[in-house]
Amino acid sequence: MDITDILNLSLLASMVRLSTPLVLAALGGMYSERGGVINIALEGIMLAGAFTAAAVTARTANPWIGLVSAAIAGLLVAAIHAVATIQFKADQVVVGTAINILFLGVPALASGAMFGSTGSTPQLPREQTLPDWNIPGIDSIPILSQLFSGHKPIVYLAILMVPASWYVLYRTRFGLRLRAVGENPEAADTAGVSVARMRYAGVLMSGVLAGIGGAYLSIGQNSLFTRNMTAGRGFIALAALIFGKWHPVGASLACLLFGLAEAISIRMQGVVSIPVQFIQLIPYVLTMVVLAGFIGRATPPKAIGVPYVKEK
Amino acid sequence: MAEDLKYAVEMRGVTKRFGDVLANDSISLAVESGSIHAIIGENGAGKSTAMNILYGFYAADSGEILIDGQARSIQNPGDAIRLGLGMVHQHFMLVEPLTVTENIILGSEPGSSFAIDFKQARARVRELSEQYGLRIDADARIEDLSVGQQQRVEILKTLYRGAQILILDEPTAVLTPQEVVEMFAILRSLRDRGKTIIIITHKLAEVLALSDRITVMRDGRVVGNISTREATAEGLARLMVGREVLLRVEKTDAHPKDAILVVNNLSLESSTVHGSLNDVSLEVRAGEILGIAGVEGNGQTELIEIIAGLRPQTRGEILLEGKSIDRLDPRRRKNLGIAHIPEDRHRRGLLLDFDLAANSILGVHRNSPLSGAVLLNEQIIAERANRLVREYDVRPPNIALPARALSGGNQQKLIVAREFDINPKLILVSQPTRGVDIGAIEFIHKKLIELRDAGAAILLVSAELDEILSLSDRVLVMYEGRVVGEVDPRSVSEEEIGLMMTGGKR
Ligand SMILES: Nc1ncnc2c1ncn2[C@@H]1O[C@H](COP(=O)(O)OP(=O)(O)OP(=O)(O)O)[C@@H](O)[C@H]1O
Ligand SMILES: [Mg+2]
Repeated sequence: MDITDILNLSLLASMVRLSTPLVLAALGGMYSERGGVINIALEGIMLAGAFTAAAVTARTANPWIGLVSAAIAGLLVAAIHAVATIQFKADQVVVGTAINILFLGVPALASGAMFGSTGSTPQLPREQTLPDWNIPGIDSIPILSQLFSGHKPIVYLAILMVPASWYVLYRTRFGLRLRAVGENPEAADTAGVSVARMRYAGVLMSGVLAGIGGAYLSIGQNSLFTRNMTAGRGFIALAALIFGKWHPVGASLACLLFGLAEAISIRMQGVVSIPVQFIQLIPYVLTMVVLAGFIGRATPPKAIGVPYVKEK
Repeated sequence: MAEDLKYAVEMRGVTKRFGDVLANDSISLAVESGSIHAIIGENGAGKSTAMNILYGFYAADSGEILIDGQARSIQNPGDAIRLGLGMVHQHFMLVEPLTVTENIILGSEPGSSFAIDFKQARARVRELSEQYGLRIDADARIEDLSVGQQQRVEILKTLYRGAQILILDEPTAVLTPQEVVEMFAILRSLRDRGKTIIIITHKLAEVLALSDRITVMRDGRVVGNISTREATAEGLARLMVGREVLLRVEKTDAHPKDAILVVNNLSLESSTVHGSLNDVSLEVRAGEILGIAGVEGNGQTELIEIIAGLRPQTRGEILLEGKSIDRLDPRRRKNLGIAHIPEDRHRRGLLLDFDLAANSILGVHRNSPLSGAVLLNEQIIAERANRLVREYDVRPPNIALPARALSGGNQQKLIVAREFDINPKLILVSQPTRGVDIGAIEFIHKKLIELRDAGAAILLVSAELDEILSLSDRVLVMYEGRVVGEVDPRSVSEEEIGLMMTGGKR
C-alpha cells in the first residue's frame, strides 16, 4: 500500500463533503446553546430532517421540495424542544434525550406506513437527488476546483453559513441579545430584552440548520434514508461545538477535523488489513479523546442548561 | 403645569406576595422630581421588591403606579425604560464576557437590524462618560473591571437609555470609601441636572448626607416618610427597627490569654500585586479581636482564605494552638474550631438552591448527631436549624425555603448562625456586615464581642474602617500583601491610618 492512496487531494475533497452535515448541525447547536439552551437533540433533529427529505423527495420527485421540507421538519422538532424547555422549563438534557429516542423510531414507523418498508425509504434515481454544482471561475483552477467545485448545493450553504453566523453573532442586534441571554438572562431581561423570545429563536434556528444537515445525508450524499443513518453525527457536532468553544469558526474547524477522520477511515477500509469495524471507530475515538482532553478548559455560556425563572 | 410634575414617581397601594411571604403590603410612596429620595429599612423589609415592581421586573399583585403624574402600566423592564426609568440592581446586571459598550447598548442598540453601529455606540458611551464624569474604558470587558467601575457601567447603562428617574439598590455596599465619595458627587451632579434619584441603603450617615427625603419601610409596609432636614440617625434607626438601636459598639477592654492562631512568614505568589502575600506574620490570642485594615484587594481575602484552607500558600506556616494545620482541608479545620464568615456569601457561604436546613449544616454535616454512619439525621438537623433561625432572627423563619429566597441580610445572618454555633476557638470574619441592616449589625457586633469575652480568638477583615476601629482590640494595616504596621484603634487618627492603607507611610 502507498500512503498517497490515502493522503491525497481527493481525501480533502471528501473531508469537505463529510464535514458538511456536521458544520450545519454544529452551527445550529451554537445558536441554541449561545442562547442558553443545551441542544442534545441535534441527532434526533438530523434524523427527522434526513427522513423527511428522502420521503418527500420520493413522493414529489423533487429534491428541492424535499430539502425545504427537511428544514421545516427540523424546525418543528426543535419547536417541541423549545416549548418543553422554555415555556414549561423542563430539563433540557432530558427533553433532548427524549427527542433523540423518539426520532430513532418515528422514521421507521412512518417509512413503514408510507413505503411498506421500515428499514429504508425507496432508492431515489440519481436525477432526483440534489445536483452537483460547478462554481464558474473556480472549476477551472486546478486544485481549488477539486476542493471547492462540483459539490451539492448544501455544501456551499454550509460554507457560507460560517462567516454568516459569525456576522450574525457578533455584529447584529440579534447576536448580541442572544449572547447576553445565554450568559446572564436576568441582565438581558432588565435591559428590556425578552429572554424567552431570544431562546425560541436560537432553538428554532438550530432545528432548521440541523434539519438541512440531515437532508444532506439522505438526498445529497446518499439517495435514500436508512435506519439511524446519522450514526451519532449530531453528537459529534455537539462535541465540535464544545471543542470550538461555541465559536462559529472554531466549531467549523473542529467539524473539518472530524470530517477528515471520517474521510480517512473510509479510505482505509479495504486498503489496510485491519478489521473494518476498528477503522470505523476512528471518528468516535477521536471525539472522545478530544472531549476528554478538552472539556474542562472550554467555558460554556454561563446560563446554559438553566431555565429562566425570576420569581421563585 | 409645574404642579403636575411635582412627583416623578408615585406608588399607591402596591402589594406583592411571594408564596407565603407578603413582601409589599399596600405600600405608597411619592418621589419629588429632581430630588434624591432614600428608602431605608431592615433586611427583608421589601425595599428591593418595591423597586423591582416599579421597574417592571416583578409584577405587583395590586396597586397603581404613576410616572410624572400619569397612571402607567409597567409590564416589563422594557416599558419602564420607555417611561424614563433606569435601575441599578443590588446584584449587578452585567454580562461579564461582553464589553462595556456592548453591555450599555444591549436592548437599545444603534444601527439597523442587520448591523449594530458600533462606532456610533462607542462615541455615545464616551460622550456620556465625559459628560457625567464617569470615566470608563468603553472597550474593556466587564470581567476585568473592579466593582466600582462595574457600577459606573450600570449607571451609564441607565443614562444611555435616557433615564430621567434612576433607582439605585444599595449602590455603596460594595464600594471602597473613596469610591463612595466619588459616587455621591456623581449622584449630586445628576440631580442638579434635573434627574430624580431613588436610592436604597443601610448606611444612615449616607442617607443623612445625600438625600432630600426619606421613606422608611418595615415588614413590607411604609412606616415613615420624612424630610431629611428633620431626621436624625437615632430617630431613623428607631423607625426602621421599631425599638432603640445601639449605633456604637459597646465593649470592655480585652483580656487576651494564650495565642490561638500563629501565622509565620506566610507568602502567596501571584501574577499581580493584588492577590499576593508577602511574609505576613501575625498572632491572635484567645479573648481578643485582631482587625486588619486596608483597602480591599491588598491581600486580606487571600490571607483569610489560606487560613480557612480554601487555597494553599506558597510559603510559611499556620499554627492553631501550637499545631500546624497546613495539611488539613477546610472541613477538618472547621472541626478543630475554626469558623469562617466569608466575604462573598453567594460563592463561599451558601448553596443558594438548597434549603436553609441544609445550609445550616455545611461543614459540620458529617458530625454526630447531625449525621449517622450513612444517613443524615433529618429530624435533628431540622430542630437545630429551627433553633438557629430563631436565635439569630433569620426572616422568614422557614427552614424549607431555598437560601436564594432570603434577602441578602438574612442570608448573612444564617451564615453567622451556622459558624458561631460550632463553639469556635478561632473566628475568621470577612466583611461581616456588608449589606446588613443596622439591627443585624448591632446583633452581629454584640455576638462577636460575646464570643471574644468567652475566649474566642477573632481575626476581622472589613472594608469599613469604622467597623475595624470600633470592634478591634489591635489593628494591623495591610498594603500590597504586606503588613505595614500596627496601630492602637483607640488612639489612631483616620488620617494616619488612611495614609498607611494607601502605602504612604510605614
Ligand atoms: N424572588 C423572590 N422569591 C421569593 N421570595 C422573595 C423573592 N424576592 C424577595 N423575596 C422575599 O420578599 C421579602 C422582601 O425582600 P426584599 O429583597 O425586597 O428585601 P430588602 O428590603 O431589599 O432587603 P435587603 O436589605 O436585605 O436587600 C423577603 O422576605 C424575601 O425573602
Ligand atoms: Mg434588597
